[in-house]
Amino acid sequence: MVQSEVINVSNLDLTFETNDGPVHALKNVNLEINKGDFVSFIGPSGCGKTTLLRVLADLDEPTDGNVTVNGVSPRQARESRAYGYVFQAAGLYPWRNIAANVKLPLEIMGYSKEEQLKRVKKVLDLVELTGFEKKFPWQLSGGMQQRASIARALSFDADILLMDEPFGALDEIVRDHLNEQLLNLWKSTNKTICFVTHSIPEAVYLSTKIVVMSPRPGRIVDIIESTLPSDRPLEIRDSKKFTEISQRVREGLRAGHIDE
Amino acid sequence: MRVTLMNKSYGIDSDNKVLPVVCVMTFIVVIWYGFSILLNAPWEFDKAKRNSITLSTTELVSNTWSQKRPKLPTPDQVLGEIWDTTVNKKVTSRRSLVYHVLITFYETIYGFAFGTGLGILLAIGIVYNRAMAMSVMPWIVTSQTIPILALAPMIVVALGSVGFGGLVPIIIIAMYLSFFPVVVGMVKGLKSPEQLEIDQMKTWSASKVQILFKLRAPRSTPYLFTSLKLGIAASVVGAIVGELPSGNGGGLGFRMLSGSSFGNTLHIWSGLFAAAILAGSLIAIISIIQRVVLRRMALES
Repeated sequence: MVQSEVINVSNLDLTFETNDGPVHALKNVNLEINKGDFVSFIGPSGCGKTTLLRVLADLDEPTDGNVTVNGVSPRQARESRAYGYVFQAAGLYPWRNIAANVKLPLEIMGYSKEEQLKRVKKVLDLVELTGFEKKFPWQLSGGMQQRASIARALSFDADILLMDEPFGALDEIVRDHLNEQLLNLWKSTNKTICFVTHSIPEAVYLSTKIVVMSPRPGRIVDIIESTLPSDRPLEIRDSKKFTEISQRVREGLRAGHIDE
Repeated sequence: MRVTLMNKSYGIDSDNKVLPVVCVMTFIVVIWYGFSILLNAPWEFDKAKRNSITLSTTELVSNTWSQKRPKLPTPDQVLGEIWDTTVNKKVTSRRSLVYHVLITFYETIYGFAFGTGLGILLAIGIVYNRAMAMSVMPWIVTSQTIPILALAPMIVVALGSVGFGGLVPIIIIAMYLSFFPVVVGMVKGLKSPEQLEIDQMKTWSASKVQILFKLRAPRSTPYLFTSLKLGIAASVVGAIVGELPSGNGGGLGFRMLSGSSFGNTLHIWSGLFAAAILAGSLIAIISIIQRVVLRRMALES
């Protein structure tokens, strides 16, 4: 299979000017992501993993270096609605019911009423929220709200899904369940997913590629191609391969700290 | 847990409101009757002296509480006057209090509507345009430091000279007072969406207009209602102040001014009460709409 490149980052540098002087958020980051990859960014807080995701989404601008998404600049990619972005908080509008919340990007992008209905139905089904269309966000649990937020990011069917610690605020049981669902969704849609997390098991369980990052300055210390099979029941986390990969991630994280 | 605690602390305020209010009211009424005696007594003494009679305390009290043209009418006299001028007079008559209330109400509503519209437009301009925020905001603040009482006659004269007589200058003055709280509140309200919500809109490549209507406007509704309540109260004041120099012959301001000119304190006090009731009812109406709308939008704070 010929792999086509979706995201290319070369020599990326980003410095924030703050009141306490400049903060070197990302230094010399190089990365390639192919179509259909599930890439996790893992590292301690301050390692720039969220910033990197925001650069890909054109929410932050790099100081130096070159970034392309779908072969064009992040801005052009954003303007052509090339990606769906899931934030750490669900960010649903309390005055809109679930269906209307999921519909919001479709309204903005000018889809026809008919098409909106069709797509909302489809993505709510995908995240198993059928029957909750008329419910309001405050009537739903945190996990369900986050699923609605994922449905919203999927509604306009972009090929890339950027997720910034989407399950960070949820408890472990809900998280396991959502991870399984996310894997199924990824397999059935063949989307390219970039996933920020600070949980090692989550990163190893989900990814085809794990990017280990380290702070001050934010940089990549290791990129691990996962050798796990694409079929991943939750039990795979007890396998030897899983432990080996986790071990390598842990070492990468530790190495980043010794550098300081 | 936190929710129940909060409800409890609110409960203390809302459940036992009646008793404190009744206490204060009673206190005010007692003081009022006392001052009626005090302020109206000199006239009774003069009259008694002229007729060479001495007044008993009971006579003094009952006389001071029932003068035709008292310095300070008693609450029952004011209520009697209000009753007489609302129920016993035709609405179309200039002697009717309702006639004057309706004129002031009309001016208030128009001034409020235009003021709110202007306030919202200015707020949108200020939020979206940095140059406008820098240049217009100081003028808006300055506009409210000029005493409206000094400005009102000039507005009436200036507009009158270009052919805008009647109610137009009064509506302008009411608008002048009511737009300010709307601008201030709406600037804050339109800026109230969180960074996350703005970023979200950006990821969908939403236009500025879409962000305004789908995010900023709904997010600003709680601020809007707070502003509207301040704005309508200011508009009532503006309408009354505007009536003073315009000599239009109608409205509560005119009624109070003429009462003052002819020493008819009953007209002043009944006008004052009517103005308070008018402003209070308008605010109450907005409060009800506010509660319904914010509950619907799940935006209650």
